[in-house]
Amino acid sequence: MDSKTIYARLNKVFRDVFDDDSIKVTPKTTADDIDDWDSLEHITLIAAVEREFKMKFKMGEISSMKNVGEMASIIAQRAK
Amino acid sequence: MVELEYPFDNEYVMKKRKSLRRTLLADGTKRLKKKIAVFGGSTTNDIVVYLELFLLNNGIEPEFYQSEYARYWQDAMFPSEELLDFQPDIVFIHTTSRNITAYPTAADSKEAVSGLLEAEYQKFEQMWQKISDTYHCPIIQNNFEMPFYRIMGNKDCCDYRGRSNFVNRLNEKFYEYAEKTEGFYINDIHFISASYGLKEWSNPLYWNMYKYAMCVEAIPEFSLNLANIIKSVFGKNKKALALDLDNTLWGGVVGDDGVEGIQIGQETGVSQSYYEFQSYIKSLKQLGIILTVCSKNDHENAIAGLNHPEGALKPDDFIIIKANWENKDRNIIETAAELNILPDSIVFVDDNPAERAIVNAQIAGISTPVMDSVENYITTIDRNGYFEVTNFSEDDLKRNEMYKANAERAAQQASFTDYNEYLLSLDMTAVIDDFIPIYLQRITQLSNKSNQFNVTTKRYTPTEMEEVFHSGNYIRLYGKLIDKFGDNGVVSVVIGKKDGDTLHMDLWIMSCRVLKRDMEFAMLDRLTERCKEQGIHTIKGYYYPTAKNKMVKDLYQTFGFEKIEEDNEGNTVWQLNVDSYENKNHVIKVEDNSSIQ
Repeated sequence: MDSKTIYARLNKVFRDVFDDDSIKVTPKTTADDIDDWDSLEHITLIAAVEREFKMKFKMGEISSMKNVGEMASIIAQRAK
Repeated sequence: MVELEYPFDNEYVMKKRKSLRRTLLADGTKRLKKKIAVFGGSTTNDIVVYLELFLLNNGIEPEFYQSEYARYWQDAMFPSEELLDFQPDIVFIHTTSRNITAYPTAADSKEAVSGLLEAEYQKFEQMWQKISDTYHCPIIQNNFEMPFYRIMGNKDCCDYRGRSNFVNRLNEKFYEYAEKTEGFYINDIHFISASYGLKEWSNPLYWNMYKYAMCVEAIPEFSLNLANIIKSVFGKNKKALALDLDNTLWGGVVGDDGVEGIQIGQETGVSQSYYEFQSYIKSLKQLGIILTVCSKNDHENAIAGLNHPEGALKPDDFIIIKANWENKDRNIIETAAELNILPDSIVFVDDNPAERAIVNAQIAGISTPVMDSVENYITTIDRNGYFEVTNFSEDDLKRNEMYKANAERAAQQASFTDYNEYLLSLDMTAVIDDFIPIYLQRITQLSNKSNQFNVTTKRYTPTEMEEVFHSGNYIRLYGKLIDKFGDNGVVSVVIGKKDGDTLHMDLWIMSCRVLKRDMEFAMLDRLTERCKEQGIHTIKGYYYPTAKNKMVKDLYQTFGFEKIEEDNEGNTVWQLNVDSYENKNHVIKVEDNSSIQ
């Protein structure tokens, strides 16, 4: 899956989860850039991304991901 | 909202939870506002998010208090100011197997394990008592799901040292408490986790990462199950089923295939599935759920199908059978009117998506579960919790009989041209006399439930009614009505306060079940009789208008009272000279307490 498709699909998930159509994610996007992105919403986000790409993050990955770029590169390796 | 009916699209609900909430809040429904305190032994934030959605969908707008992470016990035992100010309408205790503090070990003796069990249990019972004493509100308590691993393997379930065994024993103790305690309900996560799949449910990632006691994907289903208890406690259960026939209660189309051609019974897997569904519906009837038919069919074909010798349901099981070619929404509205219930308390069960869509669009608040394939029918109706049982009374057991008798009376009435003749044909007997202890509870209940046939809308607590009962200053009457179709029970109550030779009417109520049966006249006859015996010459009646009691605005006038006062708000005072009163009831035979004691 090319990175353009991944970002397009990620963007849609982010907009749904945070109910905000103005969101545009980039590799550098972090929780600080999105108002509602706290530790609780993070759980919902992870679950929604997993469903979108039909893959699972490992526990270590969830705690070490620093930005959307790192998330996207894991997806690129594993998504169907 | 169809999106929130089981089996809902979990992915969609999770993704769209915010916009679903917005839509529900903006739909103009008037909802009950309820305060819910959530005491969690693990993270509860997402539970509350979905709980809110399912409650909004059931006509309840919740406000939440959540305890700090895992401080359920402290919050219950030593409530903060904030919590006391919150004054919850209901308390939910979200504990799971993760919160059991001391599991048995292989080295423990049998006695030691029993000690552990008692200690663990006492911690909970103490907490329930404290909550009940502090807030006087219903409590919902999770039972425990099975631990996700078994140290002793299969023996874990039956050996006293096993964790599974320990959990089961603890659950049993919870159930004993639930059985003897009113207003205490178990949220059965033991079942829901098994139904979801314990392995997925208990995925340790969610506990270790987020301190959720279940996987995040299971939370909507968990919350639906919990919402069902809450909406049932607050009186938002559905009351009746409107059932389609062809491909809903049996396979095939009875009009085309003939009775011998439809699939129901034990012949094939498909016919067995329909039979199982019919049996399920029949069990709902025993819980007091009203069954009706709403089918596009010729009436005789519908009856023939229901009389199929292999079916579990018979025409007699249904209070109303609408089998015609009218639009279904119209049939349902009529059914609701005939049963005297609101259309939104009906669940419409039909395999045809087009019919469901029309009914759903035409009747606000009605439920139209997706019936996609017969093997899923039972689960779909069941998990939606339309009829969640939180209290089960004698009245529930008898409800179908009562509605059936009403329907028969209506049918009989249609065959009479003279109303008086109809009333005589009912063979009515009433018991009208002073209160007796066995009816005191029902009398109090009636005084708090009657809104329409109620001239003063005076309410009585059990203690107040007890005082009236023991006082010599009142003339009291209850009325019980029996006719050839059944016993209606205690349906009318009259209380008058004596003041010299005058009686002031504090209360005159009657159940709408027995309107237009001349029962009110029979009550008046008995009242004047008692007045004469006790030297009372004048009765004064009072009417205080409310939004609901217009029906009895002129009650005293029809009784032959004279209006002596009226104020700007429509409050009126009436007066009757007892000595010149002549009996008004000629259709009900009246007996006294000696006939039942």
